[in-house]
Amino acid sequence: MENFFTRYRKETVLVVLLFVQMIALATQVKVRVKNTDPMQGPTVTQEGGTRLLRVWAVAMVSPFQKAAVNTGVAVRGLWHSYIDLRGMRRDNDLLQEEVNRLRMEQVRMHEDAEQGRRLQALLGFKQQFPSKTVAAEVIGTSGTELSRVVYVNRGRRDGLEPGMAVITPDGIVGKVTRADRTTSQILLINDPTSGAGVMLERLRLNGILKGTTAGYPEILYVMADEKIQTGDRVLTTGGDRVFPKGMLVGTVESVMPDRERDPFLAIKVRPAVNLSRLEEVLVITEVVERTPYATDSTSGPMKAADMLAQRLPSVPKKELTADPTKPETPVLGIAATPAKTPGKTTGPATSITDPANKKTAVAPASQPMQASPKAAKAPINKIAATIVVKTAGNAKANQVTTPAKKPTALKPTAPNPTDTPKETPR
Amino acid sequence: MARRSISREGVEVHTFSWATSILVPLLALAIQASLPLRLPFFAVFDLPLLTVLFFSVARRNPIAGTVTGCVIGVLQDALTQLPIGLFGMAKTVVGYIASSIGAKVDVENPGSRLIMTFSFYLLHRMLYQVARSMAQMPIPFRWGHELAAALANALLAVVLFVALDRLKQRK
Repeated sequence: MENFFTRYRKETVLVVLLFVQMIALATQVKVRVKNTDPMQGPTVTQEGGTRLLRVWAVAMVSPFQKAAVNTGVAVRGLWHSYIDLRGMRRDNDLLQEEVNRLRMEQVRMHEDAEQGRRLQALLGFKQQFPSKTVAAEVIGTSGTELSRVVYVNRGRRDGLEPGMAVITPDGIVGKVTRADRTTSQILLINDPTSGAGVMLERLRLNGILKGTTAGYPEILYVMADEKIQTGDRVLTTGGDRVFPKGMLVGTVESVMPDRERDPFLAIKVRPAVNLSRLEEVLVITEVVERTPYATDSTSGPMKAADMLAQRLPSVPKKELTADPTKPETPVLGIAATPAKTPGKTTGPATSITDPANKKTAVAPASQPMQASPKAAKAPINKIAATIVVKTAGNAKANQVTTPAKKPTALKPTAPNPTDTPKETPR
Repeated sequence: MARRSISREGVEVHTFSWATSILVPLLALAIQASLPLRLPFFAVFDLPLLTVLFFSVARRNPIAGTVTGCVIGVLQDALTQLPIGLFGMAKTVVGYIASSIGAKVDVENPGSRLIMTFSFYLLHRMLYQVARSMAQMPIPFRWGHELAAALANALLAVVLFVALDRLKQRK
């Protein structure tokens, strides 16, 4: 036996090393399969006994990476300082034009957003907002095309945890797969093992975004008879519990039949973010879920009665929320009157008309508006409400009559910093 | 200190100092992990594989080559999100075969280095495919891309090995 090992020493070493790695591989894969959520990918997996090895490897390599990145940043900073001074006047003119254009756009977007928020609040729609982000600098990659991950210079010490979404102002990037003390690993959306719930904005079609070995993400499980066009925007759905809903993923680059999944399409997506040249990213460390907060009717069209009330000094102003026993002043420009019968809403159906699209959405009366749990516990004063909705680019007011519950149900659980502050209705 | 001697087959055998043996693979991993950030095309290169080939062929010792391949492969695995052992197994086999061939054939000239690296790159990718399949994580093999990557790595190896030859120290 001793002669055998002496004679076949090198072959024995090879077999032993391969065998050990095979066992390690089998252990890891077993744990992964057991713990993997198909939408989460490998994020929630345990790493068996390999975590320490990974930490050591990253600790050995990351000092080189940090040094390289810092040197590059310093050199680029010096160079850009010189270049920026040269083109400052021209850039300033261009930026001024951009500011003017954006201001015009902002007015239009504000109107759209207000309308959207009113409708969402009306329906008790809950939305996720990233409330806290951590900026991180990309310091390295895995070094191979077969694994599209990057490393950032923020870790558990900075509040990062596996499963957190990583974005840039342009769109989504990926998610945290591993967080060490000072560094974290980010799995990019173009890696074959990544996954995200997405939606085509124009068609409102849901699908699953997966990476490919070629390095671009594609949407799977969309039926072949859908009329998808190149350039369609792709947004997150929020269904994966990683990315908040409505974040930009990219645009459709090409559509072709999926050869592996016959009745479906393979939709190639051009990411909104240049994933091969990432420098800084934002990690969403905290997400809050709340009902959108809508401002009052001061931004909407003023009713003739209100104008008359202002012009005639003999007509006193309306008393609002003076008596706590009365219903609070509703948001959304709701003119509320107490209803006669408490309890479940049995009033007429809710209808919302959009003159731009000439479509009318009707909610049956048997579907009461969603109320927050807090409001649901409170005694319900049934109110017939009239809501004035102003559509973008159209000053015509649409009358929406709805059997409303106690208006406090439409208030948000927490104020949204992006929303305009609420003003006292006139 | 690197040392040089003659193997039974009459081919030169080199050894390297501990510092070279540790720092060169580590530097290769660090460069491989950093450069694609600024130069995305650099991801087609596989510096850790070239390092394994260089040390295995220069030492001409199958056990040393196997261990070198295993260690570098496992470290490369540790930088990915994938299970450890995929690159490890592929590079272990490559290290073993490269050092076995190196012990019998002279692979010091640029032509043989080009062919050797081209062949070993493809072998390495095929072994990686097998390992991925074993781990139930198969990926398609893109022949065109892999052939181009093999050629790029072979050309880089010719230049890189000349530079690394300077680290060989004589007795």
